[in-house]
Amino acid sequence: MTDALNKGSYDTIIIGAGHNGLVCAAYLAKAGRKVLVLEAASQPGGAAATREFHPGFRISSGAHLLTQLNPGIARELGLASHGLAYAARDLKTVALAEDGAHLVIDGASVSGVSASDAAAYGRFHTQNKRFGKVLDGFFSRRQPTLVDRSWDDAFSLLKLGWSLRRLGKDDMQDLMRVGLINIYDVANEHFDSELLKAAVAMDGVLGSHMGPRSPNTVYGYLHRHIGDAWGNTGPALVRGGMGALGQAFAAAARGFGAEIRCDSKVALVEMQGCRATGVTLESGETLLADTIISNADPKTTFEKLVGHPSLDAGFSRRVHNFRSRGVSAKLHLALDALPEFTGLDGALAGERLLLAPTMDHIERAFNHAKYGEYSQAPVMEVSIPTVHDDSLAPAGKHVLSAIVQFAPYALGQGWDTGKQAFKQLALDQLEQYAPGIGQQLLASELSTPVDLEREFGMTGGHWHHGEIALDQALLMRPMPGAHQYSTPIPGLFLCGAGSHPGGGIMGLAGRNAAEAVIKHQSNGKERAA
Amino acid sequence: MSLRPHDERMVMPTPFAPRVAALCQTNDWYTWAGYTTPNTFEEVGLEYFAMRNATGVFDLSPMTKYRITGPDSEAFLNRVMVRDVRKIKPGRVGYTVWCTDEGMVHDDGTIFHLADGDYRLCAQERCMDWLHWSTLGFDVDIADETADIAALAVQGPTSCATLRNMGLSGIENLKPFGIATFPFNGAELLVSRTGYTGDLGYELWIDAGQALPLWDALFAAGRELLIRPVGSEALGIARIEAGFIMAGEDFVPAEQVVRHGRARSPFELGLDWLVDFHKGPFTGRNALLKEQREGSRYRFVILDIEGNKPANHSFILDKHGRTIGHVTSAAWCPTAKSNIALASMNMPWGRDDDEMYAEIYYNRELAWTRLLSRCRVRRDPVFDPPRRRATPAQNL
Ligand SMILES: Cc1cc2nc3c(=O)[nH]c(=O)nc-3n(C[C@H](O)[C@H](O)[C@H](O)COP(=O)(O)OP(=O)(O)OC[C@H]3O[C@@H](n4cnc5c(N)ncnc54)[C@H](O)[C@@H]3O)c2cc1C
Repeated sequence: MTDALNKGSYDTIIIGAGHNGLVCAAYLAKAGRKVLVLEAASQPGGAAATREFHPGFRISSGAHLLTQLNPGIARELGLASHGLAYAARDLKTVALAEDGAHLVIDGASVSGVSASDAAAYGRFHTQNKRFGKVLDGFFSRRQPTLVDRSWDDAFSLLKLGWSLRRLGKDDMQDLMRVGLINIYDVANEHFDSELLKAAVAMDGVLGSHMGPRSPNTVYGYLHRHIGDAWGNTGPALVRGGMGALGQAFAAAARGFGAEIRCDSKVALVEMQGCRATGVTLESGETLLADTIISNADPKTTFEKLVGHPSLDAGFSRRVHNFRSRGVSAKLHLALDALPEFTGLDGALAGERLLLAPTMDHIERAFNHAKYGEYSQAPVMEVSIPTVHDDSLAPAGKHVLSAIVQFAPYALGQGWDTGKQAFKQLALDQLEQYAPGIGQQLLASELSTPVDLEREFGMTGGHWHHGEIALDQALLMRPMPGAHQYSTPIPGLFLCGAGSHPGGGIMGLAGRNAAEAVIKHQSNGKERAA
Repeated sequence: MSLRPHDERMVMPTPFAPRVAALCQTNDWYTWAGYTTPNTFEEVGLEYFAMRNATGVFDLSPMTKYRITGPDSEAFLNRVMVRDVRKIKPGRVGYTVWCTDEGMVHDDGTIFHLADGDYRLCAQERCMDWLHWSTLGFDVDIADETADIAALAVQGPTSCATLRNMGLSGIENLKPFGIATFPFNGAELLVSRTGYTGDLGYELWIDAGQALPLWDALFAAGRELLIRPVGSEALGIARIEAGFIMAGEDFVPAEQVVRHGRARSPFELGLDWLVDFHKGPFTGRNALLKEQREGSRYRFVILDIEGNKPANHSFILDKHGRTIGHVTSAAWCPTAKSNIALASMNMPWGRDDDEMYAEIYYNRELAWTRLLSRCRVRRDPVFDPPRRRATPAQNL
């Protein structure tokens, strides 16, 4: 069924109501565009979602800890007035030790380590915060290009150069140096404590097909810690789970006049004369608009919605080679009581807990992933949000959410057979740190990258919609030929985590995309005039 | 992919090598796409005139040949090529170029539409990697047939008569760019009315195992009609006379270019007529549209140069002596009695009325002479006889 009558009712269609799609919709609607957001799932928010996985038990089924939400966006969209409330902010990170000799990181300070490690961590943290400020300048704008001459881009590069200069010579040299090496070497340079090193390394590898010794892990670390530059000392928990944040984004977008239609999966981007002119839904309905913006990941957008035949061969090859195979699984537990971690003060059970004893342990866990196997001793980032938020489980009961690595998307044996065994390995791992947790288990669920792909429509179930390695980041994101949120298809833009500056619940990709689209349109008008 | 013969041996003999080597009195060889090929057999003038006045035979076997089949073969080729491949009907051949994303020419070649969903692409350079990358999203098979198919160009005014003598009855009714098949020695001989000489002529394609019988039958049939083998030098003159560009001479295939900006777009090679922006997406479309909007860097021209000294490698100067272009290939063209050059001019030079000079150096017994020869842009090639297109073909 073709509904050509809708022509004129929207000028912009956004494919996907992930938080970036919603941010983009909000800014465009605010700027006077008539925006329709089409979402495949039954609720907006993308991987900012809360789901009941056991009667009475709800969990953040995608992202679970908020580390990178851009405060400017939260303010400009009035998220608080649209229902965003925090159950906790600035959580500490507890690196668990099996013997109970845990260490606790709180912003720039760390306890449970030697005085020299504590001092070193302070310096490390402060320096990274300065690096974060440099990245912030870069993340908050569309990325410049090096080839096309534009004043705007020249200005961005100048600004970047200036912010690098302002770091001073030593910091600048250090940033250039560590940017190209790996978190393993960097952690070894700074610290003695194996547990501390492992905690730092986890921030470099979470969500990525990388071990501590892989290049790009320092960039991954800085990316994750961009929130430090915005004044956070640790992650936050959203009251009602991450889905409540998704709803707040949706409410903000609607508040500016955007319309959101759920259960509306886009099957194809419609083209006329090689220009994007609309979309066709899986239902067969066709909707037209001058501007189409995709919040779906680059592979979905180009391979499924546009299709290789409509792209230049060189570009479609880059799309094909874009690395987006996830390695993170999500473990969700419904618990009868608060688990007790050996030696951990109960007051800390609601903080961010890491199960990763040494960097070598993480590296070994990663080794399996290289060969299409899951880790035999997986590493985990654990959160028990019910310590701070009683809305997620019946009184006295708890939910536990964990990111479990490494669980390669393309598991050699296939996840149909691998899933149960891997879940058991994760539970065994937890049992070692919290003996008896198995007895408290009411229900458990593991989402493999294949499940995450299905649930959130993200290719490979990849955290960032595509690896944030230097060849796929910054100027190169997602790939040459599609940057600054535009694509080789006139009228089609990107606004999701696959574009600059990457994933995490941040909102910058969505906001930058909206600005780029507006700029593009006003340039077009100038040309036409 | 299995190893092909050219993967196992650096330089290959063509299937006609025993006959070609026996006739190659000059023993003057070069390597073309991994095959030994003669520059000349006896004397370039004799070979050239045989081609223009009787029949010249050129061993075309090194030409890269890809067989492209499968349900999406037409759509696939249409996405690779700048022209509308859907317009090349079964039984027809079409000249084409294909480009990079940047709209720079990889190569030129011919597409043989053998049957529905069955194509052969003939090209100067190998391009399997590019074709393979281009298959993403298409259900198509590509096989390299280069070593399996022997090919001869049979060109000149008595070529049709020669083929008739060989028993190809009705060949005179084959239209330019048409394809016909004939039984030959228990195999199938495919004949296309195509060539690189701008004259009446044919190309013969057959299973490599049939190469020698084909050669023998052809030369027996053409003896009375003064058939003669020709090397690449004679062919080179003929193609310049006919205004045909050549990969590696008039443009550098985009994949071989090392220095930024040295490749050429179809517009910059005078191939605007091939580019079809209405057919839908194809590789390079965005870049070519942009070029069309913003202008090209170079203009391809055929130049008629005063005097008889070939302008190989010459700079083209304006009346103040400033460089405004350069010659990519040049020859004194005996039939047309013209001194012709193909040149790449810096925009906007190369317009009809531009005053331009070719700076020609030549050496006679260590005495160098520098000539500034006036040149004029030609709109058409100098050699373009009516018999090239006439059907039924001239049957002398
Ligand atoms: C296991 C895991 C754990 C994570 N944990 C955290 C965390 O703790 N903290 C954090 O900050 N980040 C986390 N992330 C990353 C974060 O979830 C993503 O980077 C973020 O959700 C990306 O937001 P987005 O809006 O760009 O895309 P998404 O959230 O992926 O939203 C894209 C939307 O587009 C929709 N869509 C796709 N295709 C179509 C179509 N054809 N038609 C209609 N709609 C379509 C999808 O349904 C989806 O709603 C995690 C990611 C994973 C995979």
